[in-house]
Amino acid sequence: MKIVVSSIGGSLDSQVDPRFGRAPMFMFVDTDTGETESVDNSAGTNATQGAGIQAAETVSRLGAECLVTGHCGPKAFRTLQAAGIKVYTGASGTITEAIEQLESGELHLSSGPDVGGHWG
Amino acid sequence: MIVAIASGKGGTGKTTVAVNLALSLPGEIQLLDCDVEAPNAHLFLETALATREIVGIPVPEIDADRCNQCAECSRICQYHAIAVLGTGVMVFPELCHGCGGCTLVCPEEAIREVRRPIGVVEKLRAGNIELVQGRLNIGEALVPPLIREVRAKTRDGGTVLIDAPPGTSCSMIAAVRGSDFVILVTEPTPFGLNDLGLAVETVRTLGLPCGVVINRAGSGDDRVHDYCAAEGLEILLEIPDDRRIAEAYSRGRTLVGSVPEVRPLFLSLAEQIQDLATAVPELQAEKGRARVCG
Repeated sequence: MKIVVSSIGGSLDSQVDPRFGRAPMFMFVDTDTGETESVDNSAGTNATQGAGIQAAETVSRLGAECLVTGHCGPKAFRTLQAAGIKVYTGASGTITEAIEQLESGELHLSSGPDVGGHWG
Repeated sequence: MIVAIASGKGGTGKTTVAVNLALSLPGEIQLLDCDVEAPNAHLFLETALATREIVGIPVPEIDADRCNQCAECSRICQYHAIAVLGTGVMVFPELCHGCGGCTLVCPEEAIREVRRPIGVVEKLRAGNIELVQGRLNIGEALVPPLIREVRAKTRDGGTVLIDAPPGTSCSMIAAVRGSDFVILVTEPTPFGLNDLGLAVETVRTLGLPCGVVINRAGSGDDRVHDYCAAEGLEILLEIPDDRRIAEAYSRGRTLVGSVPEVRPLFLSLAEQIQDLATAVPELQAEKGRARVCG
């Protein structure tokens, strides 16, 4: 499965950033092939507005099937939903731990945004 | 001649000065209420609505048949109002600032611009005053385009007064830019002084000459006077701190109509403004010099 996790840093040992749109990095992980890739999101961190939208675009461009993050706001959620990407919220710890949480069914599959706009 | 009435701090009395000055000037006056988030000059005048027009900004509409998802539109949009996804293109009209960049860069000509209404511009008549006001739709964040539409109604010739929005941000600049003189209204308090300083810096950067009106004079301290003296700013008028003024205001009455002692104060301000009008060519020259320096 192709997963993107919002991250503070660029490795599997980095901590999950609970913010989606304004997380400094995204970690792309393909659990089938073991392939990983770190993607810079400084454009989102520094965006005046629409950080969640452009972050959702990045996740879509990476070809991810699901997003793992702490929280997801309304515009980001709408965009991810339109792109057909599943959103899992409530992740914490390292990227590796977050993926374990996803695989063991601990994370919540979101049916809507869990925070308001401009949360991060 | 175009005179803008502005202030760094909100609630200092811009509208009070604008309305009472308009009533104290002779002849046909145009008053532009550019505080489009809370236009209130009309509350103090007996007005009749003449015209109303809807103001909109151009937002993109994507032709899905032509779009090849190249994402040029998304890349140029600083406001992230367009998202290109594997499944299609999403537009967030509420984030669009209407710059038209996406339409220009689209190689497939797949973008058509449609108008999204953001507010209205109304013309009202009150005696010898033509009041033009912008009213921003509730929940709308995009202020300057509507202010520019109000400013576009500025008449050629005659006296035009602009009631600017408070602060020193884009909306205030959109309101005062291109005026001949700016009246900065303040109050003799620490907040009034601080925000007057910001407003003076702003209008000087814009190359506009300015003078100061102190409202609620006597209620605070002398620091605004000291600041004006140190900066070489002329104090055009001091409105006394008087309960009757607050009472008149709270009932939507004009000061010149309800507090007799205030009338000569505004007549004097009106004379100073008329004197300035004769000096407009000099002011223009001063503005030119300021631009060169800036």
